[in-house]
Amino acid sequence: MRYLLRRVGFFLLTLWAALTLNFFLPHFMPGSPINALRAQSKGRIPDAQLEQILTSFGFKPHQNMAGQYLDYLGNMVTGKWGVSLGSSLGQPVSKLIGTALPWTLGLVGVTTVLAFLLGTLIGTVAAWRRGGVVDSVLPSVFVVTSSLPYFVVGLFLVLFLAIDHTWLPTSGNYDNSIVPGFSPGFVGSVVQHAALPALTLLITSIGCWVLTMRNNMITTLAEDYIRMGRAKGLSDRRVMYNYAARNAFLPNLSGFAMSIGFVLTGAILVEKIFNYPGLGYQLYNAVNSIDYPMMQTLFMLFTVAVLGALLVCDLVTVWLDPRTRAKG
Amino acid sequence: MTILISPPVDPAALPVRVRKRGGGIWRSFLSNRKANIGFGLFFLLLVMSVFPSLFTGVDDPTAPARYMPRLPPSGDHWLGTTSLGQDTWALFIYGARQPMIIAVVAGGLATVISVLVGVSAAYLGGIADDVLSFITNVVLVIPTFPLVIVLSAYAGHPTLTVMIAVLVVTGWSYGANQMRVQALSLRNRDFLESARVRGERRLYIIVCEMLPTMVSLIIANFLGAALYSVLNAAGLQFLGLGDPNSTGWGTMLYWADSQGALENGAEWWAISPALGIAALGVAFALMNYAFDEISNPALRPVRRQRGKKFAGRFRPASSVAGSAVSASGAAGGE
Repeated sequence: MRYLLRRVGFFLLTLWAALTLNFFLPHFMPGSPINALRAQSKGRIPDAQLEQILTSFGFKPHQNMAGQYLDYLGNMVTGKWGVSLGSSLGQPVSKLIGTALPWTLGLVGVTTVLAFLLGTLIGTVAAWRRGGVVDSVLPSVFVVTSSLPYFVVGLFLVLFLAIDHTWLPTSGNYDNSIVPGFSPGFVGSVVQHAALPALTLLITSIGCWVLTMRNNMITTLAEDYIRMGRAKGLSDRRVMYNYAARNAFLPNLSGFAMSIGFVLTGAILVEKIFNYPGLGYQLYNAVNSIDYPMMQTLFMLFTVAVLGALLVCDLVTVWLDPRTRAKG
Repeated sequence: MTILISPPVDPAALPVRVRKRGGGIWRSFLSNRKANIGFGLFFLLLVMSVFPSLFTGVDDPTAPARYMPRLPPSGDHWLGTTSLGQDTWALFIYGARQPMIIAVVAGGLATVISVLVGVSAAYLGGIADDVLSFITNVVLVIPTFPLVIVLSAYAGHPTLTVMIAVLVVTGWSYGANQMRVQALSLRNRDFLESARVRGERRLYIIVCEMLPTMVSLIIANFLGAALYSVLNAAGLQFLGLGDPNSTGWGTMLYWADSQGALENGAEWWAISPALGIAALGVAFALMNYAFDEISNPALRPVRRQRGKKFAGRFRPASSVAGSAVSASGAAGGE
């Protein structure tokens, strides 16, 4: 229990650090939001009005820093995220995020979990069949795929699967001519549009899981308790999954939480490549149109996502590894 | 994970012996196939980035409208020309330099910071350790790429220096964590204790006694950091957040993407920089993995003839596993 409390404490402290960073960045970076906005509106909006827009997300140049900071923290936590200053000027940020979130969760979430489970399984089997055909080819292949940039994979998928054959769409999230709903046509269209981005993410992220799981598994298989399990006459399957994989899995699990950060990188690039209207694409747009409230909110949400994943993984670790329970 | 399984350090490691250990790493690096391929790729790209004029006669590749736009590959233009009338092959050759600089400089600086923070946290202990580890963990958890994007957006089309700075600031934490764990495991070894008893200064102990035993981890870390820098910088430039006038592969890809190179018959404009970045990334990743194999012999590919050499410790598990799987029909063969 103490272990978990410590983790929650870390969660809150890190969240606070990220929020603080998020707040002070615009204040200490060259160029002020006012100038950026002025350039963007090409002088058509008077400065006073610009300032008013900016105040709506906590930019108050005349107020002291401490007050601003406290206001900002309060707003971030309570979900008052201000209005967008980008292409959809004046729309509440929370609403824009609400429309984009399901697409990212669906695409990136499903793909990541799939890559994690599949990769871990392949790694387990590869280590178990040490020296087999699979094991001698796989490491090199996955070292290569896991170091490929997202846009390279995306580019080649588009080149080989989409442009020549045109049976997979390369842009958007569903066919606009279909009315959204739970009809087979719509669902099919969504799946079809998600295929290429999902494949890109899968190819680039699976290698890491295979390699780390294989490495952990090989180390674990040399342990005495594996031989002990064998000596007791347990079935291979049982030794493989309950004795070896269960222990080898733990580092992978904490790696999973850390990887959410990389997954978000992937989300941004992949969604940009395939014009997929998720959170990553929104961050890309926000950055291009210097949409400060959007950037700040998205950055905060991304941090929360990583921290949330860390917490969940801690919980699962406590469940899987009795040693952590004993410590706490 | 490399840490938990790193090779045991000889307690009697004296500076002389340490130098020999370094030589050993180098020798096993040369005899590792993944390392050779990785290093070969890296060397080729290095030559390309240092002497681009060896590969192409064009010396100002970015000058627009010099040739007919969108020519197909031919004897004059090996990879055709871009929509802006540039020679794609020349652009590709000159594009190697910037990612290479980013990889080496950003990767190197990030590694230096990792070593400094990680080792001093482990060696100092107490409050200093708590503070340094907390900072490391916070930086580790904060999603890097979004932060890099936001940072470079605030900085407005960052120059190469700014971009490297951003990559270093966000890229050191993973290594620092590893260094700390490794240094912690070294902390109470006899050879450090004896140095302390001899009355050596802290700085001497850290630099001359501890660091040499961590060489392989430091190199592996550099390779990882370099890979990370290449990929993130390219991603950033691809999104149009780099300097649009630079000659790097990421910028080249950005222009190709924004000019619709794939649809307009100038495929090589997009394909060549993509392959370049991939090659650089693969080079670092292969060398990195090779270092894992060197520091943990169990990970090396199993070969019949060579297998006998390190038969002792790891053989039983794997051979048992192998025979058990092959005889899976028979119930519980052992």
